[in-house]
Amino acid sequence: MKLFRWMLFCAIFLTASMANAALEIEISGGGAQQIPIAVVPFGGAGNTKDNINEIIAADLHRSGLFRVLETRGMANLPTTPAQIKYAEWAVLQAQAITVGNVESVAGGRLKVSFQLMDVLKQTQLAGMDYQIAPSQTRTTAHKIADIIYQKLTGQSGIFASRIAYITKSGKRYALQVADADGHSPQTVVSSNEPLISPSWSPDGTKLAYVSFEKKKPVIFVQSLTSGSREILANYKGNNSAPAWSPDGSKLAIVLTYGANSQIYTISSSGGGLKQITKSSAIDTEPAFSPDGNMIYFSSDRGGKPQIYKVPADGGSPSRVTFEGNYNVSPRFSPDGKSLAYIRNDGGKFRVAMQDLASGQVQLLSEGSQDESPSFAPNGRVILYATKVRGRGALAAVSSDGKVRQRLNDATGGDVREPAWGPLAN
Amino acid sequence: MNLQLSLSAKLIAIAVTSIFLVACKSTPIAPAKVEDKSPAQPAATQADSGADTGAVKEVVIDSTANNVGNNPLKDPSNILSKRNIYFDFDSDAVKSEYRPLVEAHAKYMLAHPDAKMVIQGNTDERGTREYNLSLGQRRSVAVKKALNLLGVQDNQIETVSYGEEKATQNCSGDACDKDRRADIVHTGD
Repeated sequence: MKLFRWMLFCAIFLTASMANAALEIEISGGGAQQIPIAVVPFGGAGNTKDNINEIIAADLHRSGLFRVLETRGMANLPTTPAQIKYAEWAVLQAQAITVGNVESVAGGRLKVSFQLMDVLKQTQLAGMDYQIAPSQTRTTAHKIADIIYQKLTGQSGIFASRIAYITKSGKRYALQVADADGHSPQTVVSSNEPLISPSWSPDGTKLAYVSFEKKKPVIFVQSLTSGSREILANYKGNNSAPAWSPDGSKLAIVLTYGANSQIYTISSSGGGLKQITKSSAIDTEPAFSPDGNMIYFSSDRGGKPQIYKVPADGGSPSRVTFEGNYNVSPRFSPDGKSLAYIRNDGGKFRVAMQDLASGQVQLLSEGSQDESPSFAPNGRVILYATKVRGRGALAAVSSDGKVRQRLNDATGGDVREPAWGPLAN
Repeated sequence: MNLQLSLSAKLIAIAVTSIFLVACKSTPIAPAKVEDKSPAQPAATQADSGADTGAVKEVVIDSTANNVGNNPLKDPSNILSKRNIYFDFDSDAVKSEYRPLVEAHAKYMLAHPDAKMVIQGNTDERGTREYNLSLGQRRSVAVKKALNLLGVQDNQIETVSYGEEKATQNCSGDACDKDRRADIVHTGD
């Protein structure tokens, strides 16, 4: 028992020590209209091991929408709005500046405060105080970055949101959840048998996924907070491709019984099974439209795999993609205006994005085995799985195709099947 | 009545033959009718060349499978120990070379009505995981249909798919032939 506890401790310790460097990010490209911003080191920074300003700066930089100015050479590094000498920052062409402070308060907690100032107008754009446990420092930095992003671009920030993905190390599979920047990964479940198809509940508290632990694909739903894990679907044949409805009340899933893949819906608590497609073809990879009215899916009912749509409570399907011989894995943008999917473009599997109103298609990714597109909850970035020298890695591209990122697993394993969670509260 | 029976027997014989030559998309003809007679018939219809012929005969010994310590499913000299059916690229047609194997497993299942089997379909790594899961399923269903036509009932068979999850080869061109496969797993294996 003691030994077991010690082993458990070691396992946790090992996971924690690997945690901070599990995914390394490379960025290329950038928007033409980047907002110049100074992110000044926080006062009292000695109170925390995480450099809040660096985390904020990295977030903003990674979005491709900001040019983070070098502050190191500056004689004056303000930590409150009153200390800002705006003229000095105007010379650097800073449009905005952030200042802040960290102090230790009662109960071993930290008080983090920050202000975002308009350099030209010399007015405050945003400000916030947080009382946090030291372990929440990174999350708080991401939340501050979200506020800055929102104030200066008018769109929701995604830095405090989380991503899920599958890793394979040797023969071990793990479903992990990490911060959107790849930091602080936590294992949700691990297995010697494959794990695939993670899907976030809309409230971000649960993940549905497919596990082969019973020597066949079975759908589980697991709570991230309690760790409790329940079988959602274990019918004869395959149980796969779970996708939540936007209100979280049900999931679209794929069952086979003794035949080909067909789409069903099932209540999120199990039961209430309803067959949605009835064909002798493959119907799979369901995805709800953001209004919950339609289910888009992949099907080879026309010969080659294409994307179709069907009313979410059943009806006749109609075809959505017409270009190319292989279009699968549909994923909606959060505003419902675009569809990302995987196209086989002359033997290369790439992320394509289709404007649903005009039908116009743009190829966004540059790999040859790209899979699993997943929109960031603000719709500005698409995360996907790619292969680098035969190894699975994650990559991201801005929805305009201008900014690219790659997240490599520094531990040497395979990373695959990313799914971007909802906006942080 | 007689006429009908022989007609349906012929239809079955044709269907059994064609299922090994063509893709298995053809609807199986009333598999429930097939159960008693057909297993013996197709065995004689096609002369598959080669070493497996002898092994097929051993399947007859199958009825003694309950003997302690003599499990034909695990005997390497028995065709029943062969469990892999390989497919061509982008195809779910069970090739004629696998006919003796499928027949042997069908006979085993008919001789052991309580036995259950799982057929696991597999694909190579190209394409998306979930779509490949569905493609692998089509392969397991193709093998099941071949077994159905030989009289094996659905309640003895579960068809599942691993998609590309078991793929071991790095695909380039038309390689990856070992990954395009259906595996037969008997309960208790």
